[in-house]
Amino acid sequence: MLDDTDRRLLRHLQDDPSLALPELAELCGLTAGRAGRRIEKLREAGIIKGQEAVIDWKALGFSVEVSLRITLDKTAPSAFDEFLAAARGVAEVIEIQTFLGRVDVRLHIVARDLGHWQTIYRDKVLTLPHIADIEALMTVATVKMDEALPL
Amino acid sequence: MTPLDDLDRKILGALAADASLSASTLSRRLGLSQPATWRRMRRLQDEGILAGRRLVLDAAKLGFGVTVFLGIKLAAKGRVSLEDFERAVTSIREVQTVEHVLGLYDYRLRVVARDLADFERVLRRRIMTLPGVGNVEANVLLSEERLAGPI
Repeated sequence: MLDDTDRRLLRHLQDDPSLALPELAELCGLTAGRAGRRIEKLREAGIIKGQEAVIDWKALGFSVEVSLRITLDKTAPSAFDEFLAAARGVAEVIEIQTFLGRVDVRLHIVARDLGHWQTIYRDKVLTLPHIADIEALMTVATVKMDEALPL
Repeated sequence: MTPLDDLDRKILGALAADASLSASTLSRRLGLSQPATWRRMRRLQDEGILAGRRLVLDAAKLGFGVTVFLGIKLAAKGRVSLEDFERAVTSIREVQTVEHVLGLYDYRLRVVARDLADFERVLRRRIMTLPGVGNVEANVLLSEERLAGPI
């Protein structure tokens, strides 16, 4: 089970994943050796799964971000699997989530501009199988995106 | 800005999956010299394409069993300032992401909680009491995948 020191380590590492071990240890009032052993244990337990780079899609030239909320036609027994398999094949999809609620699936899609978005939507999204309804939310601004857990 | 070539894209893809990869590991993997790899990594950072790192934690193992996506419609547009709403909503620890969107809702939130009872507490005490909140739609996350995207 986690104790307060583990939580403190995770909080600091979550705030700044690039912290070097000695700095992290100092922030938590530990020796580097003890901090290192605790981090290693958290990794072994699968609590720390790794680090990923955050890509700024705007800086890469993808200025349009759309969240598509999709309701599937559940009368077809394999609707979810077939839809998800096809959606994974669309290069511009960066996130896929499934839900319990009014919406079945959400696709987060990036596009270079509105013209590009229109092409993706017509040629790659509307051709996905088993769609009953689609609602689009276009991102105007990302206000908070740290995805930190309230440890 | 000069467009990215295949090697840049490979570096970006590798770092998106594991941000802790060093220039030497990447250079071996790509068959590139270490200084050349380092220069390319540096450029991706300088141009803001690599926008930082995210620690990937197993939320369930840390006791956060429920993630809910909320669509929020503001009730009294014009009377409540968006700044006030944004300031209040971003300060809620359980709220991981906030996006200002165009469409059926005004804001899209990602909220994490220990269980459904905990989520209800966050919803009632923190979210429904935000300035200007009108209609709220909740969808409980069942599964999630992140894809490489159009790199």
